[in-house]
Amino acid sequence: MTNANLPRRSWVQRWHVKGIGWTALMVLLLIGSSKMTDVNVGMFFSNLDQFADLIVRMSNPAWDYLSVIIQPLIETIQMAILGTTIGTVFAIPFALLAAGNLVHNKFLRGFDRLVLDLVRTLPDLLLAAIFVAIFGIGSTAGVITLAIFSFGMISKLFYEVIETIDMGPLEAMESVGASKITIIWYAVLPQIMNQFVSYFLYTLEINVRASTVLGYLGAGGIGVYLQRSLNEFNYGATAVIILATIVVVLIIDGISNHLRRVLL
Amino acid sequence: MQAMMSNNKPHLSLWRRWNWLVWLIIVAVVYVWAIGGLQFTGLQESAGSVSKSIVHGLVNPDWKYVYNGSGEDLVSLILQTLAIAFLGTIISSLISVPFAFWAARSEKEHYRLRSGSGKVVLTLIRTFPEIVLAIMFIKAVGPGSYAGVLAVSIHSIGMLGKLFSEAIENMDRGAEEAIVSAGGNSPQVFMMATLPTIMPEFISYTLYRFEIAVRSASILGMVGAGGIGTPMIFAIQTRNWPRVGIILLGIVVMVLLIDSLSEQLRKRLI
Repeated sequence: MTNANLPRRSWVQRWHVKGIGWTALMVLLLIGSSKMTDVNVGMFFSNLDQFADLIVRMSNPAWDYLSVIIQPLIETIQMAILGTTIGTVFAIPFALLAAGNLVHNKFLRGFDRLVLDLVRTLPDLLLAAIFVAIFGIGSTAGVITLAIFSFGMISKLFYEVIETIDMGPLEAMESVGASKITIIWYAVLPQIMNQFVSYFLYTLEINVRASTVLGYLGAGGIGVYLQRSLNEFNYGATAVIILATIVVVLIIDGISNHLRRVLL
Repeated sequence: MQAMMSNNKPHLSLWRRWNWLVWLIIVAVVYVWAIGGLQFTGLQESAGSVSKSIVHGLVNPDWKYVYNGSGEDLVSLILQTLAIAFLGTIISSLISVPFAFWAARSEKEHYRLRSGSGKVVLTLIRTFPEIVLAIMFIKAVGPGSYAGVLAVSIHSIGMLGKLFSEAIENMDRGAEEAIVSAGGNSPQVFMMATLPTIMPEFISYTLYRFEIAVRSASILGMVGAGGIGTPMIFAIQTRNWPRVGIILLGIVVMVLLIDSLSEQLRKRLI
């Protein structure tokens, strides 16, 4: 009688087809990927003594190694600053071109975004390995890796900011016949400057983190010493390097967070 | 005229008027220090010819490597990379939940000892380099993708725990209050209000972290932790540029596909 007026669940809803389907898919993927990666829980526990030995040796940091790594740590920060800056300089024109409210040419904008998407797919260490092959071992390869890495990241962050600006000042300048460059300088830049600097600092934070491992493949900085200590099974030194890196990263994060809070 | 105009200007303190100059000097000093400190020596003379052969290799990739049925070809290793990322992310998303509740700030807490300590632990995990974790696990379980899975699962806790705990801090408490007022006990509140409310955000963050894990799984092989990174580093060391070209192409296609797939799923979630 009144039952006819009640909302009827469809067949898919009644039998929870979606839920069961997703669960089955996840279970299948989990089984498949554990087969493919030879996951063996027992092996981890049977080799636990070796792992524990490693932890014990790492928990006795060789503090006198600290004097050796101060210079490469500084070099790491310098690499990050230079790499981020070079990346940002190249990112600005690409970001302006990719912004939908400035560039109305769909083809140009689409092509620009495609290039940026492609650059962003490449992991940092992969770039480092290639640039070490080109430029040889040293910080040059690291700086260029970080420049390309931050170029991809910062151009996306920048064009997303540019797309949110108030178009009023731009239209006002356009109506009095100002050129594109003048409009960008007087109407776009003042609106986005603070966010640009904030995103620059954010990218710098990420680059400091990234630059600490680039040296593992020979791209300069503290990573070179990380690799050396690991190869020599000098885990006390490894522990000092990791601790010092964490301290440096936290200090840079703190400075950058403070500056960003002041800016925004 | 001039005098009148300057009278109309609001009076700025000395600091407000000159602080741009102070910042300019600070920035200049930082850059002089950064550029002066680096040695740009070690530039190989062969850089030009090497780049030329790299470009040549990238334009003429080694198509035969894509699939040859040996299990060591591009498709198998890309699938292995995805398996490492998938398994690592799933494991880490499960371990992250208790960490997230540990680090989430609640209004009841006065000294924030609990959430503060949780946040510190998550920061330490996040800052610990993933490569070093991979090397440590290689010592424990031997080289191979299992070490990669363990490294991804532990390293991802740092970021997922942080994102999850922020989701918990910002969640809508309405459903919880409703269950409490209807007389539900705390396991019931958790199962029927807390989890359903935050689940979409948890899944969305997990998908986002999976995108990142795919990138890291593709480089963990460079230290021997399985996946596509191992043949990549061999190809670079042996200067086999057509091989490098096809692997790079494979990674780019894989990352683009995973990113767009994950973006589609995340859009449907929230």
